[in-house]
Amino acid sequence: MSSYLEANARERLALFDSFEEFVGPAQRVVSPHLAQLNAPVSFDDGVVVGRARLGDYAVFAAAQEGGFMGGAVGEVHGAKLVGMLRRAVAEKPDAVVLLLETGGVRLHEANAGLIAVSEVMRAVLDARDAGIPVIVLIGGANGAFGGMGIVARCANTLIISEEGRLAMSGPEVIETANGVEEFDSRDRALVWRTTGGKHRYLMGDVQRIVDDSVPAFRAAAIEAIAAIAAARDAQNGAVGLTLEAMEAEQAMLEQRIARFGALPDPLDVWAAMGVGKPAEVPMLDVAAFTAAANPHRQGV
Amino acid sequence: METLNYRFEQGSRKLAAEPKIVGVVSSGNLEVLIESATLDGACEIVIQTAAAGFGPIWQAVMHDFQQRWQLSDTRIAINDMGATPAVVSLRLDQAVETMLGGAS
Repeated sequence: MSSYLEANARERLALFDSFEEFVGPAQRVVSPHLAQLNAPVSFDDGVVVGRARLGDYAVFAAAQEGGFMGGAVGEVHGAKLVGMLRRAVAEKPDAVVLLLETGGVRLHEANAGLIAVSEVMRAVLDARDAGIPVIVLIGGANGAFGGMGIVARCANTLIISEEGRLAMSGPEVIETANGVEEFDSRDRALVWRTTGGKHRYLMGDVQRIVDDSVPAFRAAAIEAIAAIAAARDAQNGAVGLTLEAMEAEQAMLEQRIARFGALPDPLDVWAAMGVGKPAEVPMLDVAAFTAAANPHRQGV
Repeated sequence: METLNYRFEQGSRKLAAEPKIVGVVSSGNLEVLIESATLDGACEIVIQTAAAGFGPIWQAVMHDFQQRWQLSDTRIAINDMGATPAVVSLRLDQAVETMLGGAS
């Protein structure tokens, strides 16, 4: 069993058939800010970028290392992501696959980190606009939070595991800002049913939920690229972000807040959606969960 | 942060040209970048560690490592975030074994 959750960024690259790294660790392009703060650096600044083979597809890819500073995006880390995405626009691979595991901006690098994340967002949308689909995989222990949570939602397709999490503010941030009565960050069950893969799938924020394994993520990524290519070739699907898609998203969010905004807990949301036995949802395996969720989930 | 440098002369085992990296800079862990370099038969090790004041222990661990492998013309760079000596030894062995084409 090759757990995606347990693997580090470089081990996750096993989901590709081959991988050629850009700006590898031997080049020692490290963060200039961390050294000034007397903090440890990493030779790849916590992200691997490069070109890869994924089944029949030539892709560009990135994998964030959650172990190094929570996968947070600093100046170099962000520049590697942006450089890879811009090179994708120039070289036109079949897709870009982002293996995200990140808390968002690396606060040690302040403005440089914030600018880096905004540049990554722009680069993702530019890649899509150039006809290159962007697929995001989320299954690491750190989830995808903060600015990188927004980056994730800029992609064409998001694939998540039950263990994966996707949100803007992380649990500790919400508790610090709004109090433990609002959100108890130590309540693991609450954290996962609010930000975890199952809730995100039910709410329509992600398109696929898969088992926590490298082969499962691989298969789902290949299927996602194939589905986008098929829709594009049938002239009924745009790879780039369109005004219609933005308006549909906005309408989905408006009706979501209207329907569920007053409910205090995801369990109530699931019940309101019509999911039978919501209390049992966290215990279901992926197959049983998708069968139970598909008639009720949002955004499809 | 503390920077430590070691150089061991007259090794006998040369490694592949392709550099390799193993491990992650996370709490209690370290990354090891290992590469071939023309060093007159020596093995050079540079360590950046978050835990200052453990020079004698690093010296002992590096000495034991070089005794095991007798590396020649090899440069090793370590970014450490407070790994224990046992973890350091295992990670270094993993780095050499990866270079030799074994398990990664």
